[in-house]
Amino acid sequence: MNTIRSALTIVWKDMITEWRTKEMFSSMFVFILLVIVIFKFSFDLRISNAALLVPGILWAALTFAGTLQLGRAASLEVEDAHVDGLLLAPVPRSAIYVGKALGNLVFMSITELIMLPIFSALFNLNLFQPLILLAIFLGTVGFASVGTLLSTMAAYSRAREVMLPVLLFPIVLPIVIAAVKLTAGVIDGGTWQELAVWVRFLIAFDIIFLAISLMTFRFVVEG
Amino acid sequence: MMKSIWKAGPLLWLSALMIITALCLVFLYAPTERTMGDVQRIFYFHVSSAWVGFFAFFVTFFAGIAYLRTKKRLWDIVGHSSSEIGIVFTSMAVLTGSIWAKPTWNAWYPWEQEPRLILVSILLLIYFAYHMLRAFVRESEQRARFAAVYGIVAFVGVPLTFMSIRWWQSLHPVVFASKGSGLTPPMLWTFLFCLLSFTILYFVFLIQRCRLSILADQVEDLKRRVLHE
Amino acid sequence: MIHVRGLTRFYGPIYALRGVDLDVEAGESVTILGPNGAGKTTLLRILATLLNPSSGEAQIDGKDLSTSSYDIRARLGFASHRSLIYDNLTVEENLIFYGKLYRVPGLAARTEDLLRTVGLLSRRRSRAGTLSRGMLQRLSLARAIVHKPDLMLLDEPYAGLDQESAEMLEVLLDAVRGEARTVVMTTHNLERGLGRSDRMVILTKGRVVFEAPSSSLTLQQLRESYWEHCRQDSGAEEVPS
Repeated sequence: MNTIRSALTIVWKDMITEWRTKEMFSSMFVFILLVIVIFKFSFDLRISNAALLVPGILWAALTFAGTLQLGRAASLEVEDAHVDGLLLAPVPRSAIYVGKALGNLVFMSITELIMLPIFSALFNLNLFQPLILLAIFLGTVGFASVGTLLSTMAAYSRAREVMLPVLLFPIVLPIVIAAVKLTAGVIDGGTWQELAVWVRFLIAFDIIFLAISLMTFRFVVEG
Repeated sequence: MMKSIWKAGPLLWLSALMIITALCLVFLYAPTERTMGDVQRIFYFHVSSAWVGFFAFFVTFFAGIAYLRTKKRLWDIVGHSSSEIGIVFTSMAVLTGSIWAKPTWNAWYPWEQEPRLILVSILLLIYFAYHMLRAFVRESEQRARFAAVYGIVAFVGVPLTFMSIRWWQSLHPVVFASKGSGLTPPMLWTFLFCLLSFTILYFVFLIQRCRLSILADQVEDLKRRVLHE
Repeated sequence: MIHVRGLTRFYGPIYALRGVDLDVEAGESVTILGPNGAGKTTLLRILATLLNPSSGEAQIDGKDLSTSSYDIRARLGFASHRSLIYDNLTVEENLIFYGKLYRVPGLAARTEDLLRTVGLLSRRRSRAGTLSRGMLQRLSLARAIVHKPDLMLLDEPYAGLDQESAEMLEVLLDAVRGEARTVVMTTHNLERGLGRSDRMVILTKGRVVFEAPSSSLTLQQLRESYWEHCRQDSGAEEVPS
């Protein structure tokens, strides 16, 4: 209870910050448009039906945008030692992790909600289907859970902008594979029986990495 | 006292002897495989290197847990050393695999057919990232903590990565389902001997590499004492 | 209140503390002096539960820091030259944020009280990013005492402050002391340190080398002892005033 309340306090603080500055969402919006344009032109010339590429482009864009968001959220806390303020408070370390991870999940989900209509319109494809939304949600949970841990480490290191993708991408590869398979399966009209394996896989990934991150987070922030 | 533990000594000689014996077994004792011919002989070293690579990353994982529990610098040294050796052996597995794949599948790097190939490549990437992380964190205590955490996260992710690649690949035609099956007893004995030799070689490397780090620490310590006191 | 024995801390192979013994009574005010790299900040961060010691024992009110850090943190205030204030929250929101983390009862009233004390009530709705250095430091101090801690730890509170802000800080510190709180402070400033505390401690190369009650010392004597202990230390970069 105490953990949840403290975590929500941290989310509240991050929300206000974003509401005031609007740095994250404005930059995300432009960034995603650019990613789409780049992908569209780099593939369109050789492949007649660009819709075939949508699952791949969607998840590449989500991965890049998510990485940027994670990096920014973590450096906000680590810069000027703000994390000390959180560590000094009588709240469990796991509450700090849950707060930051929850914040990342919320921010990434909002970005995705902005992104999906754009994708649907530009590729003339309805992406608002329950299984695709489920894939995106489960993928984002896994991404945010391990990403919050790794982005905190990256924020403490030198060359943090490079460090985060290097640490994160090989670890989240299974999410990308599963989510792309799932999204593509839905677009191709696959049945639940065919696709359930990927849903279960994503759930397993989320649980495992949430547990590992919860257990190890305190070693990242505690000297 | 540290010196006596961290000298490979007899183990070094044992491993040299065993590797030479293993070479003899591979080229003289083991029979030629019927369909693939002599090129199959690379299998013994290929699988042994892959095993040692994987085992080395497991040791890094274990050392990570041990470091976080005890905060003993030695565990950091063990984890770091083991990951380096792991990279060397995994690279060897990729290299020997390519040499094997070329005449067998007529491709140096058959991504589509062989999920294990992708897995080892990802493993290499992950442990390159581990080393980059170490290089980019200046303070040694913090570096040890971060490396331990990443070593744990990375190793836990390995089975998931393997499963996802397996299933991803299952939609493609499976050309070569299993390659280790159908070993005759002499082949099996040769293989097991190679496995053992490589594992002992791993421990020789590990001990030497740890000793190097411990000596480097001692040099640092001496330097500081001479300069400041 | 504070009981420290044989405290060591190393960063990898580098020693920051090599066996520190220190006792601080409840209600006492202690100033720790020492050149850069002497281990002052490390000692304070260990007491604040931000760092774990490598060996030795550290207790606050008989509770071990490593095992019951959760209880201890609730009674501890820590301020350093880093403000820990979020620029994009307002002055008031910063205090409310930290107050919520500490579960301070009657937070709205407490916040208003504190802002009046540090003279920032008129700026309560301004973003913290618009405050001057001195105001920020005052807000930072208000943040540190939002939960009425029994023990204040101050790491170089005067660093980067102009004369006026430093004087205002002293008035605030006196107010803090008025509530019979225990204060441990590090500083380079011998004069301010001597004037504000009951006991002086000099730390060099991770060891306590000098300890005396302030009442028994003149500024001249303190300066001489400081020089005697810190002269040969190559780590001393700043010359104390």
